[in-house]
Amino acid sequence: MRSIQEIVARRRRQDRWFAVLGVFCTSIGIITLIALLANLLIDGLGHLDWQFLTSFASRRASSAGVLAAVVGSLLVMLVTACVAAPLGIAAGVWLEEYAPKNRVATILEVNIANLAGVPSVIYGLMALSVFVYAFGFGHSILTAALTLAVLILPIVIVATREALRTIPRTIREASYALGATKWETVWHHLLPYSLGGIATGVIIGLSRAIGETAPLVTIGALAFIAFLPDPPVTGEFPFVSFSWLGSDFTVLPIQMFNWVSRPDPAFHHNAAATGVLLIAITLGMNAIAIFVRYRMRKAIQW
Amino acid sequence: MVTHCTLADAQDSAPSRPITNLLRRATPTMTPHEVGADPVTDQIPAIADIKVQLRNFGFAYGSNQVLKDLNVAFENKKVTALIGPSGCGKTTLLRSFNRMHDLYPGNRYTGEILLLPDRINLVAPDVSPTEMRMRLSMVFQKPNPFPKSIFENVAFGLRMRGVRDKARIREKVEQSLRDAALWDETKDRLHKPAYDLSGGQQQRLCIARALAVDPEIVLFDEPTSALDPTATLRIEELIDSLRNRVTIIIVTHNMQQAQRIADWTGFLYLGSMVEFDRTEKVFTNPGNKLTEQYITGRFG
Amino acid sequence: MTSTPLPQTEVLGAIRRRQRRSLLDRGAAMLLGAAAASSIIITVGIVMVLAIESSTFFGEVGILTFLTDTVWTPLFADARFGILPLVTGTLVTTAVALAVAMPIGTIVAIWLSEYAPHGVREVLKPALELLSAVPTVVYGYFALLFVTPLLQKLMPELPTFNMLGAGIVMGIMIIPYVSSLSEDAMRGVPRILREGAYAMGANKLLTALKVVYPAALSGIGSAYVLAISRAVGETMIVAIAAGMQPNLTLDPTQPAATITAFIVQVSLGDLPHGSVGYQSIFAAGVVLFVLTLGFNIAGYRLRKRFREAY
Repeated sequence: MRSIQEIVARRRRQDRWFAVLGVFCTSIGIITLIALLANLLIDGLGHLDWQFLTSFASRRASSAGVLAAVVGSLLVMLVTACVAAPLGIAAGVWLEEYAPKNRVATILEVNIANLAGVPSVIYGLMALSVFVYAFGFGHSILTAALTLAVLILPIVIVATREALRTIPRTIREASYALGATKWETVWHHLLPYSLGGIATGVIIGLSRAIGETAPLVTIGALAFIAFLPDPPVTGEFPFVSFSWLGSDFTVLPIQMFNWVSRPDPAFHHNAAATGVLLIAITLGMNAIAIFVRYRMRKAIQW
Repeated sequence: MVTHCTLADAQDSAPSRPITNLLRRATPTMTPHEVGADPVTDQIPAIADIKVQLRNFGFAYGSNQVLKDLNVAFENKKVTALIGPSGCGKTTLLRSFNRMHDLYPGNRYTGEILLLPDRINLVAPDVSPTEMRMRLSMVFQKPNPFPKSIFENVAFGLRMRGVRDKARIREKVEQSLRDAALWDETKDRLHKPAYDLSGGQQQRLCIARALAVDPEIVLFDEPTSALDPTATLRIEELIDSLRNRVTIIIVTHNMQQAQRIADWTGFLYLGSMVEFDRTEKVFTNPGNKLTEQYITGRFG
Repeated sequence: MTSTPLPQTEVLGAIRRRQRRSLLDRGAAMLLGAAAASSIIITVGIVMVLAIESSTFFGEVGILTFLTDTVWTPLFADARFGILPLVTGTLVTTAVALAVAMPIGTIVAIWLSEYAPHGVREVLKPALELLSAVPTVVYGYFALLFVTPLLQKLMPELPTFNMLGAGIVMGIMIIPYVSSLSEDAMRGVPRILREGAYAMGANKLLTALKVVYPAALSGIGSAYVLAISRAVGETMIVAIAAGMQPNLTLDPTQPAATITAFIVQVSLGDLPHGSVGYQSIFAAGVVLFVLTLGFNIAGYRLRKRFREAY
């Protein structure tokens, strides 16, 4: 009897010991995240002022700012969202609702799984050859946005498919039984009911895109931009202009990369301030995504 | 295998049912197995007013022949129950009427399901399933309202049929909710989510949704199997009130339910229609040993 | 009991509507199918670009030289094109990252799946996933200006640019890839298997290690493999913190360029498009693509197999 008690006691010790180890390992991740945020805030928060946000890049660290990068990031994200969201949602709907269950569907599925794992810098190489040179878009906002759209396409597709998959079969059958066609079922039911999941996927994708650096370096994004793209609204007919799409640009991560690569530590503070901005944006977008998913889960429970 | 449904049998067992009026003009029915070359002329006289008729109908999923060689007719504006042990194919048959099987690969229909009076074959490859579903409605096993408002649930079928007139839609929604005995409970919260309703209310909402489009046939697939006895009773009353207004085909695993609400009952076993007759006849004097064993609870 | 015939106009309207609906239905199906096909076009585009652009390079540099030469100096006057230094740089940083991410990620996954209370898991899992949401350029900054100075306190001779710091930070970044996917896999293990172990008197740890972990192995394996693929393809952390000098070494305390860092370095420069030096990034891209593709397919297979098992 004693030996059993000993074994039980030893196993209980093992369990307690592992629980401590688990907490420790989990906190490594969490502590790193906190250290990273603290490090950036200490280095950069002092530089993050109105002047920093409204100034162009400069040779002098103290007078340099991120205006061009902020505007560039916003415009690139806008176009990226406009390309990736419809394309990704449409592809996801087709794969989940229309695709015949045969080899073609399997190939597409494997293909998308692989695309999701292709390093982002490879997308940059593809964009360099296709968008910059073959299509002649140059180092423009359009090129950057298309590159990032292609990059986050698998994220949007997978999110769309997963959101559609949670809708029970009986809802589809109810719609068909009332005489709806496939497209009417998709449009009136499946898309509205999966909107939360899809929106989450698009936001997560965009938060990934806004932090991407490597593919934009590859397509030749410049770090030193001292002007803003043409405004999208003009005073003359037809009042909208798309010339900004062809404009040179820089974005926040490129700007940060440029500053962190300089030997002069003064620029490192600028990099940190940009990092604070970037982190705030990406974590903010992730928080929105979590919130949207939470709200949708509460709203619709199958 | 022979079941004779004579005038006397039917009248004895159900003298109060209005259907007996029809039967005075009728001649004895025969089971499918007795049917000769043309099942239409041989078998149908028992039912003067046919809504839908199966002729050598069969159905297979891949290599699995689920239904075989069915020859039956369903009377217009009456309630027909399909009973049988699980796996006998009764739900499969029901879902053939509105071509639900077309949603999934590997389905194969054989024979005909003729919809009268225009004698269109529901399962013909060149007949669009969508159009057939426009003429038939279905109520499912579990309540499956859309996660929309009560109003939009009922209005959806109308919108699919191109009804744009708002007043007309409102009127039809109200009428259908009244028909489904749900109006009093929902008239003050039509634009609230349908998911706020109880299970029984949701199922009645699904019935209202099915009725709103003036279907020729309403298919019920074990509509009360997910409900408590009180809610079940209300659904049965509702189905009873629809008798003589619309053709109803109901699959049920509950034999008491079939007895309570059905004018006709078909007993399916292993994909064949073993017996199809007046409900009273099937339950009091079945013509087939298998039917008798089933209704007395000896298998299934 | 025949229904009254519809007025002629309504019949015509119904037919027109029917045609419009079926046209809409078919048109939508085609558009959606085209969108799905775009993913194939992207893959074909990537493969074609890498093949065509690197063919210029391989026209001037033999494949054997490329794979066996030990010096990579495409930007020098006497250019040498041996991919090995870039491959070792990639392997060393990846190995360091995995040495961090695999044990920590696995322990976290076991803890979250078998030990942590439900509420704690629901908070900590998404919190850890934020680690992979942080932009990599920020991690680069963190590796260069926080982790490496910290390491230099322990190892005073450590250079400013080194693979160790970059690899450690990369490892922390991919912890959620390992932990979340593994945790999903372990939670997918049927409860009945655990109950079997508990019924025999096993504790949580034994149950986790001897029952749950083996049962979820293909799912966990796919997490590992995808983490490897992620580490091999990671660019900014190594470009910023590990240096850009190709260096044939297996010592993680040394600076060295990875395949990805080299692509960034050339892109930042002003080599003309079409020159051998410039085209070398596509040759490097081919190696990177083939490496990650292998891992991705292996990971996909493993995950598929895991999903089929339960």
